Amino acid sequence: MIRVVLPAPLRRLAKIDGEVALDVVAPVTQRSIQDALELRFPMLRGTTRDQVTGKRRAFMRFFACGMDLSDDPPDAAVPEAVARGEEPFLVVGAIAGG
Amino acid sequence: MSGVRVLVGTKKGAFLLTADGKRKAWQVEGPHFAGWEMYHLKGSPADPNRIYASQTSGWFGQVVERSDDGGKTWEAVGNQFPYEGVPGTHQWYDGSPHPWEFKRVWHLEPSLDDPDTVYAGIEDAAIFKSTDAGKSWKELAGLRGHGSGSQWMPGAGGMGLHTILLDPSNKDRMHIAISAAGVFRTDDAGKTWRPMNRGLNSQFLPNPTAEVGHCVHRIAMHPSRPETLYMQKHWDVMRSDDGGESWTEVSGNLPTDFGFPIDVHAHDAETIYVVPIKSDSEHYPPEGKLRVYRSKSGGNEWEPLTKGLPQENCYVNVLRDAMAVDALDPCGVYFGTTGGQVYASPDGGDSWTPIVRDLPAVLSVEVQTLR
Repeated sequence: MIRVVLPAPLRRLAKIDGEVALDVVAPVTQRSIQDALELRFPMLRGTTRDQVTGKRRAFMRFFACGMDLSDDPPDAAVPEAVARGEEPFLVVGAIAGG
Repeated sequence: MSGVRVLVGTKKGAFLLTADGKRKAWQVEGPHFAGWEMYHLKGSPADPNRIYASQTSGWFGQVVERSDDGGKTWEAVGNQFPYEGVPGTHQWYDGSPHPWEFKRVWHLEPSLDDPDTVYAGIEDAAIFKSTDAGKSWKELAGLRGHGSGSQWMPGAGGMGLHTILLDPSNKDRMHIAISAAGVFRTDDAGKTWRPMNRGLNSQFLPNPTAEVGHCVHRIAMHPSRPETLYMQKHWDVMRSDDGGESWTEVSGNLPTDFGFPIDVHAHDAETIYVVPIKSDSEHYPPEGKLRVYRSKSGGNEWEPLTKGLPQENCYVNVLRDAMAVDALDPCGVYFGTTGGQVYASPDGGDSWTPIVRDLPAVLSVEVQTLR
């Protein structure tokens, strides 16, 4: 299971507490994680990426294993520790706006 | 027992304010959607339990929420607003071409007779329609496609389609308004549109009487007389008596004719309300006095309404979607400020009381009359 941590506004939107555990078919990538997330929580469609282009929203960042993965290609494999469920995939709203 | 429910959208959530028909004692509920910008909430005239809400965020984009129980519970519905075809370009602030991009939903207008049908006015300006209670949205593309879209440009707040007026006497007719393009009308249920800006004069335009490009802030209509329209333009308060075909200025003795909202008394199509604001660079009331101005003659002759409103050191703004009237008798009038106050007048504007004083900046106010 892939562990995903969402920012508080998206947890409220999805009506969930804490981490999300997702079944994601290998290879585990940013795209496949978001596909699985939106399949399980349709209300999150468009909140982390543009629904048409699939591009990451400008003020969303993706972190894992102490690294900023935000600018990695969406189909690049995420770190092995995330794919094994040992480390969470962090969806973070950028610190912007004061 | 009659009552009212005031739907308040703010910069950081939505609030529902309810009272019985006396409109003296209020219950405040919220924030709903805490932390999100709530551009607009509006209830269905056909089913008051059905409410639509535009929830938006610079981080997370656009969400549309729907309630089927009068705002007790909410469900996120469709939030995809695809422009039809190749969107093309409009003018940017410097006059250069700029690609059309969806940013947010400014206004939701439920159908007068079908709770599942609702229109959305969006930024960059376009109108969408849903016939499945918000699950899916389809653009009425004739508006952008009518030929002048490349000349539209954003106002200071963006290029939003902010007003949608449905004609109760003609299901095929509606008026919309865009900052900064102007008023458009359809007479065939949204297939084709015509600009309706004859008589407008905007000095910031190279051609001040151009067919499009006017920064219309708000238009309003009384349901009993849909041929008569009122407009708060960037500068100037205007009136049309021929369904928007032509406009005449009715600013009269207003202390300033800049402002954002305009609304019509529920029981008198000649009684209208505006909130004069000092200027386009000074978005607050003149002299620090918050005054609603009422005309009982459809414009030109205006009286200040001050009882209960701050008459010194008040420097808030009242945004275009932040005024509404209820249908009770006497008519209730409501408006919200960027300082977080929501004022109510249960007597047609003669006196005002703050329902709440310390909300986040108010973006929109709508009211439902519950019978």
